[in-house]
Amino acid sequence: MTETPQSIKQPAAATGSWYEFATRHRASIVAAVILVFPLVMPFTALAVNILIYGLYALGFNLVFGYLGLLSFGHAALFGTGAYLCGIAIVHFGWPWYAAIAAGVAGGLLMALLIGVLAIRTRGIYFAMVTMALSQCVYYLFYQAVDLTGGENGLRGINVRTIDLFGLRIDFINPMIRYYVIAAFVIAAFFVMSRILASPFGAVIEAVRENEMRARASGYDVTLTRLLTFVLSGGFCGLAGALQALHLSIVPIEILHYETSGLVVMIALLGGMGTFFGPMVGAAVFLVLENVVSVWTVHWQLIVGAIFIACVLFFPAGIWGTLIARGRR
Amino acid sequence: MSAAEGQAGDIILRTRGVGKTFGKIVALNNISAEFSKGAITSIIGPNGAGKSTYFNLLCGAFPPTKGSVEFEGKDVTGLPQHRFAHMGIAKSFQITSVFPQLTTRENIRVGLQALVSRYDIWRPRARLTELVERADELLALVGLWESRERAAKTLAHGEQRALEIGMALASQPRLLLLDEPTAGMSPEETRIMMDLIVKLAKERTVILVEHKMKLVLGISDRILVLHHGELLAEGTPQEVRQNEAVKRVYLGQREH
Repeated sequence: MTETPQSIKQPAAATGSWYEFATRHRASIVAAVILVFPLVMPFTALAVNILIYGLYALGFNLVFGYLGLLSFGHAALFGTGAYLCGIAIVHFGWPWYAAIAAGVAGGLLMALLIGVLAIRTRGIYFAMVTMALSQCVYYLFYQAVDLTGGENGLRGINVRTIDLFGLRIDFINPMIRYYVIAAFVIAAFFVMSRILASPFGAVIEAVRENEMRARASGYDVTLTRLLTFVLSGGFCGLAGALQALHLSIVPIEILHYETSGLVVMIALLGGMGTFFGPMVGAAVFLVLENVVSVWTVHWQLIVGAIFIACVLFFPAGIWGTLIARGRR
Repeated sequence: MSAAEGQAGDIILRTRGVGKTFGKIVALNNISAEFSKGAITSIIGPNGAGKSTYFNLLCGAFPPTKGSVEFEGKDVTGLPQHRFAHMGIAKSFQITSVFPQLTTRENIRVGLQALVSRYDIWRPRARLTELVERADELLALVGLWESRERAAKTLAHGEQRALEIGMALASQPRLLLLDEPTAGMSPEETRIMMDLIVKLAKERTVILVEHKMKLVLGISDRILVLHHGELLAEGTPQEVRQNEAVKRVYLGQREH
């Protein structure tokens, strides 16, 4: 019998570097950053936008970066979350928390529907099938004018105050609105870190790394993919619901394929398959968009050039490159 | 211990008239064979004999077009691949197949986890400490303890093959299927691998697919020879070596 080496119970010991520290306390660090974030942004609404798109990209990255599937239909998950939250408030008079739950449920359900149909395809076919299905969702919501307002968008999602255990919070105040939404985003980051650190998180990466080997090891690859896609839908649905509350309107463009493309760009910019990459990507993209569009109407040209430069020179993304430096 | 797991000589795996066609090509035709529990059985044959096809039917990579596969007396024909691992059948691939970006230890740990936790999305996997301990035992067994923290893609070819066997062992298989485990190996690596296979066979049944007859003659209890998708001969190494049909097939085929 081969001798079993000593000290095998010891996990990778902390080296005390900033990187180890940051990795260990990633949840608390992100919470701290989110708290001071609106104070350094040009205006609070931009900070809220960054949070929401960062959350949307976080959910997308679970499928894109961790599972290794490029979805081109995540707008459907984001948009369904937004519409269901809005419809719950406008047409059914649901309280805000129930409406957010409806948005999350909508994201999960839509991901299940799209996932069941698309999950057996691979690569470019998966991207195309998810895009086609999300276009179907677009037309579905576009046609259901009575519920969704059609091309005018769903208007009148007026949440002025938020009641929390008898506490009445003013949701009109931008700073307070930011912190309410930040609370949900922090909770979502926490849940995501749990998922990635869970046994299932290891299965997700194993499936990305080698599908055949994962299957031979005893994992149901198709079910793992579907479950991951559905989880991703929950995060995107939450982001959509928060977007509906934030904008007080759900524009039909939220379901447009540009919204699907945007999140791919944000994830690539920040770093696919990294935990904070999506949030960093959202911050960089939206701040750029804001700054550049102030002095030229051709802002997309400049943002596009910067995006191309990033992909060429930092293929791991901005955050991904930073992490790679830290690991050295 | 149930009656099915009795003394050696029991049948662990059986195929009844299995065949496989790909379109119009008959890769495998009507093969009936029995594999004894606790033995090393080798499947040999020249290129294109249908060895890999037969192997893939045995391990459930795809179902046969005809016939049936029985494992421990149960019909397992057409079950999905991932179910085979749970029944106690594990395989290694002909082309090295590991999780390249994960560490060597994580490769095996993930293999072990498949039996314990597949859909838990909440509790930290760091709490499954016994998996890490067992992973380390397996790493030591296949000789990779020193490389445990290295990404699997940085391992040498022979080490990756050893890692793959470690991963196959992770599912605690009663039947281990190895597809050309020494393919592309140096003579030294081949010798280490053969020693490892003999060691592993002491505790489980091993079925081995091999191109080079010379390699398996010494270690096999029984040998099946395939040729043109048919079962050409079957028997002990001694019998197979003296079989005229086998000699004819291998004649002129220089062993390398």
